[in-house]
Amino acid sequence: MAMVPILDVKGLTKIFGDGCHLCSQSTGPEYETNVCRHCGSIVACSDVSFKLYPGEILGIVGESGSGKSTVVKLLHFDWDATSGEVFIQSTSMDKSININGKNLFARSPYQKRQIRNLFMGIVYQNPHLGLRMDVSSGGNIAERLITANWRSIAMMRGRASELLEKTEIPVERMDEPPANFSGGMQQRVQIAKALSNNPLILFLDEVTTGLDVSVQARVLDLIRNLQSELNLSMIIVSHDLGVIRLLTKRTIVMKYGRIVEAGLTDQILEDPQHPYTQLLVSSQL
Amino acid sequence: MLKADNLSKVFNIHLIGDKVIKGCNGVSFIVDRGEFLGISGPSGAGKSTILKCIYRTYLPTGGDIRYDSVLYGQVNLATIADHMVISIRHKEIGYISQFLKVIPRVSAVDIVAEPLLLKNGVSPEEAKTKAGELLERLNIPRKLFDAYPATFSGGEQQRVNIARAIIWKPRLLLLDEPTASLDRDSTAIVVELLKELRNEGTSMVGIFHDNELMKSITDRAYRMNPETEYAE
Ligand SMILES: Nc1ncnc2c1ncn2[C@@H]1O[C@H](COP(=O)(O)OP(=O)(O)OP(=O)(O)O)[C@@H](O)[C@H]1O
Ligand SMILES: [Mg+2]
Ligand SMILES: [Zn+2]
Repeated sequence: MAMVPILDVKGLTKIFGDGCHLCSQSTGPEYETNVCRHCGSIVACSDVSFKLYPGEILGIVGESGSGKSTVVKLLHFDWDATSGEVFIQSTSMDKSININGKNLFARSPYQKRQIRNLFMGIVYQNPHLGLRMDVSSGGNIAERLITANWRSIAMMRGRASELLEKTEIPVERMDEPPANFSGGMQQRVQIAKALSNNPLILFLDEVTTGLDVSVQARVLDLIRNLQSELNLSMIIVSHDLGVIRLLTKRTIVMKYGRIVEAGLTDQILEDPQHPYTQLLVSSQL
Repeated sequence: MLKADNLSKVFNIHLIGDKVIKGCNGVSFIVDRGEFLGISGPSGAGKSTILKCIYRTYLPTGGDIRYDSVLYGQVNLATIADHMVISIRHKEIGYISQFLKVIPRVSAVDIVAEPLLLKNGVSPEEAKTKAGELLERLNIPRKLFDAYPATFSGGEQQRVNIARAIIWKPRLLLLDEPTASLDRDSTAIVVELLKELRNEGTSMVGIFHDNELMKSITDRAYRMNPETEYAE
């Protein structure tokens, strides 16, 4: 029983700046910087490789600036990678678009948008990035549905109210803009929007950071329930090991743009190998 | 079914000047199908370390852990890929720790039902019913079924923990002092449940604080030799 990864990421690299041939060799944990001392470019992530398996939640932890959000934004095609490849493999995928076994970074911008609109969902740490604050919550979801080729207004309204109910937003508030909502509610509208196209892969970037503990708990419970109900594959970025412990079975640890350790989440927490992971774990427990 | 071959584990603590702590060293044993192996040895000898290496909560430093998997055939648990370990944990190997790791805001009955859902396609209702029956046998009051175990007594939590570990009848069960926080009556019930599980074919490796208890339920004991395993 060989399990095929739904997402296979190989050598993902993003350099901000002109870059030079020494960028990768002069940055990383052993140099304690992600800034190339030769050309001044920022190596946001370098040679990041991992697999995401169907139905699993994979955690990415690491300190601020370690490149976690960069990885997610590259995989969501928000930014172009400097180098690297990504493959999606799924049998349950919409037949209208054949992307199995092809490097998605090499697709046309149009195809990338299509892949994103049909198969991916994302929740940004900053709700302003993921939502239009002055458009109704239902409208935010409808905009997303339109990109996934929905057309009937009635069906879109129906879908929006179903999703808002799932994410515990009172349906009667569907016509209010997210600007009227609390931080926790905005995150839940973002989650509803991200789920609207029935994605195969969901990216969650620091979804609970900055929320009150009790609100955090509701968002985390929501994610946990969605995972068991919909069997979604997710990548969850967090610097909070509590979130990682609660939601994930496997975790990647990043520092200065590199993966320093990857393993089972309980192994990372109980038997961390890399000095940085040991520091991270000991300072959070 | 399981063969530890010269298994060793050392912890390198980089934070305190690359201190090296010995977990276990040169551990070799075999567990046949349907067998219950006890592990005995002085406190600090590394008994729990062995179980955690088998479950891969610890990454072994040396040696092999050969396991005859239904999913993957012969594998070395010390080195196979993480996602394969996850599948094996869901379908084949269970682990009872000394204490329950509570899952926040999940009721006792759901905590117990979860592994059954992960293992095979039983319906959520059926899983819940089975979980309730098992909790009942373990004398957990019915009114606690829907409560969160975070507020339970140590003994109640541990019985929830045991129920969660045995409900899905794993092929191989690792037990780390499962009855340490239980009173005599609860211990007797747990022993009975473990014997039933064994009769249904589960192989086990267990650590028990009580030697008499260990003798009464295991087939054989692997004695950790302080000479080799405990020596600095
Ligand atoms: N648009 C950009 N232009 C230049 N540098 C950038 C840009 N976006 C990110 N970076 C840099 O890339 C590095 C990685 O940033 P990233 O946002 O991925 O970190 P992160 O791990 O998500 O951090 P945090 O935990 O603070 O969210 C940082 O040094 C950051 O300053
Ligand atoms: Mg970030
Ligand atoms: Zn450079």
